[in-house]
Amino acid sequence: MEVNFQFDWLAAFESIPHLLPGIPWTLLISFGGLAIGFFIGIFFGLLRISPLRWLRWPAIFYVEVFRGTPILVQVLFIFYGLPQILGGPINALVAGIAAIAVNSGAYISEIVRGSVQSIERGQGEASLSLGLSRTQAFRYVIWPQAFRRMIPPLGNQAIISIKDTSLFSVIGVGELVRQGQIYIATTFTALEVYFMVALMYLAITWTLSIVLRQLELRGLAGQ
Amino acid sequence: MNNTTQPIVRMQQLNKHFGSLHVLKHIDMQITPGEVVVVIGASGSGKSTLIRCINGLEEFQSGFLEVDSNELRPYGKSSEALQTIRTEVGMVFQQFNLFPHLSVIDNITLAPMKVRGWSRTDAVEAAKRLLERVGIADQADKYPSHLSGGQQQRVALARALAMEPRLMLFDEPTSALDPEMIGEVLDAMRELAKEGMTMVIVTHEMGFAREVADRVVFIHQGEITEEGPPEKLFDTPQHERTQSFLARVLKH
Repeated sequence: MEVNFQFDWLAAFESIPHLLPGIPWTLLISFGGLAIGFFIGIFFGLLRISPLRWLRWPAIFYVEVFRGTPILVQVLFIFYGLPQILGGPINALVAGIAAIAVNSGAYISEIVRGSVQSIERGQGEASLSLGLSRTQAFRYVIWPQAFRRMIPPLGNQAIISIKDTSLFSVIGVGELVRQGQIYIATTFTALEVYFMVALMYLAITWTLSIVLRQLELRGLAGQ
Repeated sequence: MNNTTQPIVRMQQLNKHFGSLHVLKHIDMQITPGEVVVVIGASGSGKSTLIRCINGLEEFQSGFLEVDSNELRPYGKSSEALQTIRTEVGMVFQQFNLFPHLSVIDNITLAPMKVRGWSRTDAVEAAKRLLERVGIADQADKYPSHLSGGQQQRVALARALAMEPRLMLFDEPTSALDPEMIGEVLDAMRELAKEGMTMVIVTHEMGFAREVADRVVFIHQGEITEEGPPEKLFDTPQHERTQSFLARVLKH
């Protein structure tokens, strides 16, 4: 087979202004969803380590359901399925944010659980021996240490969720991939445009990685 | 010893099990205010578990335990009595267990501020006096990881003392230390004993035990095999178990 292709740099550059409007959508869905997912994660993560079985059980159920099903199916369910229950359409942006929130929430609750459980037993014992209540021991001793340990895996999850938003082109929300698809429909320059789309994701995730590394370094400085 | 004073710890027929393992067997023990009691025994004999029962870090299954007139019940989960006991009983751990995310001064002031409700100014002032007392006043703003093991353990001692405890528990306080740092921690404990603090110490430092203890308790397989003044227990142990234990540890 004869390989004969040319990468059209001009077409690549020309696509940039058409793709850029996708970035705010991608960021809004990712970080909006992650912010909510963070609180969902803390909530279920803490339930998961409760000494009471009937509190742990819903947390286990939540994690299994949303970690065990594809995020694409989750967003399709929310966008096309839920309106049948609610009786009205759901905004694609809202559906996207909700999908990231419930999905990342499941992973983040495992991150929260793991970080809290990784704190040495002696920390809690020392706190209790000083007369702190269990709540105070958690708030002043366990949680601040656990939170530092959460930063690297949370950063990892953020990067995964940012990339997951690319799947939401299927519900028509105008994020990066969707903008690329629309543009390609008129120019047929798939190679160049998807290359630029990939570069834009890389720019976002790379920036985030750098910020996270700084945070980690600062977090460790105090120990 | 003054026989008219109320014991600060009263333990009667205390039993503790870990699953099928009977770790403490029918323990009877009383501790009088001002007394320094050293608990010795082989590892796994139950000596750490014994002192951890006193501040409720371990629960027991049967028997009677009273600390400063607060009764701890078998299977005692969090109760008001336990909370009171923990504010009056300080503990120093083998692994120091300092809070790594807090500076030395914040390690010490946390409990007085949150539990006793002291102001930050008062707590810091008291903390500085304690740091001076254990000889590390210049380390107040450092983080625990920047201190040597011996310094960390002295901070841990200051942290426990900041709650102005009536009784101090020491769970192998020098076992995790490099040999050259053991002395500085024992010195601080020696000072504390001289000031009249009631202390229960689990240790392998037999020389130190002989020197500071009013009474030495030997535990073997969860039972108090023998107890008495240090000269008596170390020089003329009555029980064969005590003799063989001492022969093993004093050889080194």
